[in-house]
Amino acid sequence: MKPLQRLQRFFLESLFLPAVGLLLCLLLWQVLSGKTVKTTVRDDFGDLVTVTKRVGLSKDLPSPAETWAASKTYVLQPWAKRGELDQGILAFTWLSLKLVAQGYAIALILGTPIGFCLGLSKSFAKTFDPIIQILRPVSPLAWLPLGMVLFLSVKIHVPGAGAPYTASELAAIFTIAVCSMWPTVLNTAVGVRAIPQDYLNVAKVLKLSRTKTLLKVLVPATLPYMFTGFRLSLGIAWLVIVAAEMLTGRPGVGGFLWQQYNALNYAHIILCILTIGFVGYALDRLMSLVESRFKSV
Amino acid sequence: MPLLSLKDVRIGFGSGPGRHEVLRDIHLEIQEGEFVAIVGYSGSGKSTLLNLLAGLLQPDAGSLQLRGLPAPGPGPDRGVVFQNYSLLPWLTVTENIALAVDQVFPEWQPGQRAAHVRRYIEMVRLTPAAQKRPSELSGGMRQRVSLARALACEPAILLMDEPFGALDALTRANLQDEVVRIWLENRRTALLITNDVDEALLMADRILPLSAGPGATLGPSVSVPLSRPRDRRSLHHEASYKHARRTVLDYLLGPGSHAKLAVSRKLVLPDLLPEDLDGPRPSLFAPPKRRAHSATETVELH
Repeated sequence: MKPLQRLQRFFLESLFLPAVGLLLCLLLWQVLSGKTVKTTVRDDFGDLVTVTKRVGLSKDLPSPAETWAASKTYVLQPWAKRGELDQGILAFTWLSLKLVAQGYAIALILGTPIGFCLGLSKSFAKTFDPIIQILRPVSPLAWLPLGMVLFLSVKIHVPGAGAPYTASELAAIFTIAVCSMWPTVLNTAVGVRAIPQDYLNVAKVLKLSRTKTLLKVLVPATLPYMFTGFRLSLGIAWLVIVAAEMLTGRPGVGGFLWQQYNALNYAHIILCILTIGFVGYALDRLMSLVESRFKSV
Repeated sequence: MPLLSLKDVRIGFGSGPGRHEVLRDIHLEIQEGEFVAIVGYSGSGKSTLLNLLAGLLQPDAGSLQLRGLPAPGPGPDRGVVFQNYSLLPWLTVTENIALAVDQVFPEWQPGQRAAHVRRYIEMVRLTPAAQKRPSELSGGMRQRVSLARALACEPAILLMDEPFGALDALTRANLQDEVVRIWLENRRTALLITNDVDEALLMADRILPLSAGPGATLGPSVSVPLSRPRDRRSLHHEASYKHARRTVLDYLLGPGSHAKLAVSRKLVLPDLLPEDLDGPRPSLFAPPKRRAHSATETVELH
């Protein structure tokens, strides 16, 4: 292919077509959204008053332009902190990510060994598989209240980390850990079961000890599967944080979203949705980069 | 005393009527320093036999002895070159071999072990590829690594399971010569499993044909009285080559090769025994006499 052709193709496939898609969505949004109409009418007392009314298909939905006008401050001053629940959008994202990181770390630390046990031991799998299958589909919204109850009287103070963890914080971490653990558990188990017999034969012929077989054969052979699990888990962890923040009212993207809904600031809801989407996409890309590094080996 | 021997070995998979007998009546003795080849059809249980010798499978009956002592499970005293290389893809050539060497010679100094690894990479002529991963190597090179890994453990016997099966003809010829050269240098005991009679004749001192399964067994040993080094171009014209080749093929293709097929079936007989008229008449309400056991008949097919 000639360089010019390649450039053309790049413009068509990577810039033009996505731009068309974006424009179509904006158009649909514009059509659906309402607009503010001001009319001057004479009221019952004979005075001239200005009546502000919203009209449109979905008249309370702000239009793209209105959304931008209302969200400008949050986007242009992303790290500003005007109050606990009135911060720049990146400040909120950072708060959410901190919580996600803690829950996700717990999920990986617990999930990977459980996955290995499930894959290696038939009786372990028979014992715990039914419980896992039952707990797996439980929604984060159901786990959160249980977390609140569990950590109501628990005080965890990490030295040097400032204020102790509150019950709602611990409940959010618990919910993220419990919900995002399952893809890691199941993928690791599948990966362990999929290890070719050849590799195990090598370990047997060389008489590798159990620890050595685990570290030198089982773990490296399972890594690609494990990373697929890690990536799916991170996606779920990011989904759960929004729900957890909405329920607990903690500052963060989800908490902000819920507070702005209650404050009738509908434009900010859209801002939050877009932020959540972008951050989720970025996290997924990041994980798939790491994953492909391990898969290529 | 033979180095490695199998006595009266039988092995199969499954149980009951679904049982599939793979090998039966296997007697095998391998002497120190010998190069033995086992030639057989694909699917006749060659790999099962090798797994038995390597200790990866346990026989249903009979015994495996190493230097006259019952051999326990698998161990580095029997080096195995698998058909599909079985290299760990996340390790480089050096690391693959070092994994084996570190395991087998833990008492050595690290420098001594590294030198040992280098020596065997050199022996299979892979020094330029020492830091590459298996995915970057060709099939022939991978099999060289596998060979170096098995040899580096300094096993009492080298077991090779169709090591050249997945290679193209030129690479195969090359690697055959290489294996023979290494074997001549070290005179280590070697067992080659193959489905190629010519390959066996080129490399081995002695050939054991394995009949077709199910229930495959080893035929009479055929020795290959050809001097070494053997030249694959002039070999075909020697009388002893022709004779040995014919003997092996006669066994593999002839009537002795196929295990006797026997069909056994349950005979369906009437459930009731005929009434004995000589004895006293049984009571009208007594339960009728029934057959105590069923009968089977076995028919051998030829």
